[in-house]
Amino acid sequence: MSTQRIVFVGVGGQGNLLASNLLGQAALAAGQHVVVSEIHGMAQRGGVVESAVILGDATSPIVSNGEADVLVSFEPVEALRLLNKVNKDSLVITNTRPLPPFTVAIGAASYPAPEESVAFLKKKLDKVIAFDGQSLAEEAKNPLSLNMVMLGALFGAVDLPIDVKTMKKIIRTQTKKRFAAANVLAFDLGYKAAA
Amino acid sequence: MDVLLTPSGGKEHLLLGNEAIVRGALEAGMAFATCYPGTPSSEVPDTLYRLRKQFPNKVKYYFEYSTNEKVALECAAGAAASGVRTLCTMKHVGVNVAADPLMTLAYVGVNAGMVILTADDPSLFSSQNEQDNRYYARLSGLPMLEPCGPAEAKEMTSYCFELSEELGSPVMIRTTTRVNHAREAVPFVKLGKVKQTSKFKKNPMQYVTVPAVSRNLHLRLLNIYNQAQAISEQSPYNQIVGKGKLGIITSGVAANYVMDAVGDLGAKSKIKVFKLGFTYPLPEKKIARFLKSVDKVLIVEELEPILEEAVKALAQEKGISVEIVGKVAGKVPAKSVDIEAPGFFSRAFEYNPRLVREVIAKTFGLKFTEPAEISLAGMPTPPGRPPNLCPGCPHRATYFAVKEVAGDEAIYPTDIGCYTLGVLPPIKAADFLICMGSSVSSSGGISRATGQKVVSFIGDSTFFHSGITGLVNAVHNNHNFTLVVLDNGTTAMTGHQPHPGVNTEAIGDATTHIPLEPLIKGLGVQHVVTIKPFKVRAAKKAIEEAIAFEGVSVVISQELCPLFARRVAPTTKRVFQVVEDKCKGHLDCIKKVACPAMFVENGQARINPLQCIGCALCAQICPENAILPVKAKG
Ligand SMILES: Cc1ncc(C[n+]2csc(CCOP(=O)(O)OP(=O)(O)O)c2C)c(N)n1
Ligand code: SF4
Repeated sequence: MSTQRIVFVGVGGQGNLLASNLLGQAALAAGQHVVVSEIHGMAQRGGVVESAVILGDATSPIVSNGEADVLVSFEPVEALRLLNKVNKDSLVITNTRPLPPFTVAIGAASYPAPEESVAFLKKKLDKVIAFDGQSLAEEAKNPLSLNMVMLGALFGAVDLPIDVKTMKKIIRTQTKKRFAAANVLAFDLGYKAAA
Repeated sequence: MDVLLTPSGGKEHLLLGNEAIVRGALEAGMAFATCYPGTPSSEVPDTLYRLRKQFPNKVKYYFEYSTNEKVALECAAGAAASGVRTLCTMKHVGVNVAADPLMTLAYVGVNAGMVILTADDPSLFSSQNEQDNRYYARLSGLPMLEPCGPAEAKEMTSYCFELSEELGSPVMIRTTTRVNHAREAVPFVKLGKVKQTSKFKKNPMQYVTVPAVSRNLHLRLLNIYNQAQAISEQSPYNQIVGKGKLGIITSGVAANYVMDAVGDLGAKSKIKVFKLGFTYPLPEKKIARFLKSVDKVLIVEELEPILEEAVKALAQEKGISVEIVGKVAGKVPAKSVDIEAPGFFSRAFEYNPRLVREVIAKTFGLKFTEPAEISLAGMPTPPGRPPNLCPGCPHRATYFAVKEVAGDEAIYPTDIGCYTLGVLPPIKAADFLICMGSSVSSSGGISRATGQKVVSFIGDSTFFHSGITGLVNAVHNNHNFTLVVLDNGTTAMTGHQPHPGVNTEAIGDATTHIPLEPLIKGLGVQHVVTIKPFKVRAAKKAIEEAIAFEGVSVVISQELCPLFARRVAPTTKRVFQVVEDKCKGHLDCIKKVACPAMFVENGQARINPLQCIGCALCAQICPENAILPVKAKG
């Protein structure tokens, strides 16, 4: 089997490490070889958080520049920041709801309009899926379920060796009971948005 | 129940490298564990702590967060000398702190398995340097193993306990961030039996290192080296994979990059890989045979050229003339932002799959079509997103008050923790930092050498770790500076671990709380004051007085880290809002403290109610009194 390299990027607090971990668990449950990597530490005080899930034969825990098959971004400018991870054939899935950093609030930097960011992605790549994932999370009645929306979008858009049932079962059993139903709904909404 | 406590073996579980190390220790029947936290090692002790707390009846080991790494290692040494299986964990720079006991513990050895984890951090994801702790094995003479991923980390941890007992010597296991923080399927074997207590058997000729004893112990250590080397020659962790006349010698996570690259390059029949896991002592005979069997050898190792130098020396000694290449001597990557792509092996930063593939292809003249890159020219520039203190972080309030009093002229030695983020604008209250504890001691040097005003910052965990001795020195030698102890009641940076100053009752630990103020007074500091940083006016006044004091003064700024407080003593405060009629748009609130809950809209300040936790700092900064609590609904 060939290798699928998926990079997740988001901002501290958006839960991308949970998304990559759950995807890893689902891969294992589906009998796939999988390696997940995370960066903890400094990055979590509101900084950029990156993780990767590598499915298939590869044993390396990280994805080099130009080698991500899919980039899943939880925030529009973060997709740009990690664009060196992708190549011409890659797919980028991004949430379009902005989360401006404080450098923008204090006037030290400016925030490109999300439309502008998405336009650049589309100019450079054939495969771009951009949608307001945050509003879907809100629709699912759990604003913190953006990570599930993005996971759903990944399943909707990419042919993965893990069936949706397995993924949902992992979400149901591995996320907090209180949120499990909303999380599955968020996953479904993301799936539909990207399929 | 937690999967890590599954008594039986057989199944595979997706584990973080650090969880795998815990499972490995449990499968070996570990009875005693000490640590000082530090990324990327922290999830090992944090998991041990959590399991013991959640499952007190299931878990049979003793565990403690020690005050620092030296203390952790000495405490562990006592346990291991007494005959119980012991684990001691730390990040790479922690071994510097523990280096003194380490060097002589290597002489005295152990009476039961003892494993020391050193977690290195190539590329400095969250560290002050990227030193290569493989040197510590060479410096101390202790055996070292290096796993390439979580599954191997688990297996090696268990094995290291056995090896340690076989040799009567502690064994080091060295990981890197990419092993600690990777997840993969880890096969379990059954949990080990735990021998919880033992008896200390007196033997001063082994345990009391006066010169006459240590002379013999040094010979003991050298003999252990020979014994360990013989084991390394046979070790299944030192394994040759594939066949061909081109050779690669590699270790740690880089071995994975090599295996992937050899596959990608379609070179499995051309390249033979010597993957080393038992890396000190090296299996020299096996390496010599390998060198003789190939036409050219590439060494793939992150950071220092340790294997490379050893292999070259070995070739010279054995008269083997094969070409051996690795790092490009003296060549330095142009920019640190190019962490990924210098195009050659250097001594800086971690490797990655593509770099390794490129260098292998170049070295051996193999072809590979790289994926078509895209040009990023014309891309809208993403705004910087450096990490920032959380909304409502008390460090921000303390910094604000100190800067208001002491301005930009004072020199601000600082220390390691969340508060190091005070280096960033607009706070910019960090001028000197080399290691944990350096704030206090360097303050004495700076103020003596310059006569400038010095105000330094240290976190509470860091103060217990290595601030106390520096403060005693400052009092004794009549230095002149003000130390601000940022007492947020926890070790926030590394994941909110307890330390001696933690309110142990609130977290339900049976440890003893050591309050800071009497401790600091007891050290002889003449001017000690405790402030509440969110009471800005009173805080400023107290800081002013402390700075005016001739001699060493200490300000304890006491307020719980809100992330920690949320867990131990949840309270809800009313969030604040900006009254649009009153805000004149000076934006002092935002410019002076950059709270991430605040932003600008129509030239006025705004507060994101989802992020505000009601600390009221900004309300006290606003000259127009435009920031008020949101009225309770009702
Ligand atoms: C010798 C050494 N050990 C461990 C670490 C990892 N480390 C960095 S900061 C820190 C503790 C920070 O706690 P504290 O001083 O209370 O500050 P806070 O993060 O709570 O603000 C630790 C353990 C290190 N950098 N160096
Ligand atoms: S975790 Fe706590 S101490 Fe660290 S920045 Fe956030 S609020 Fe401050």
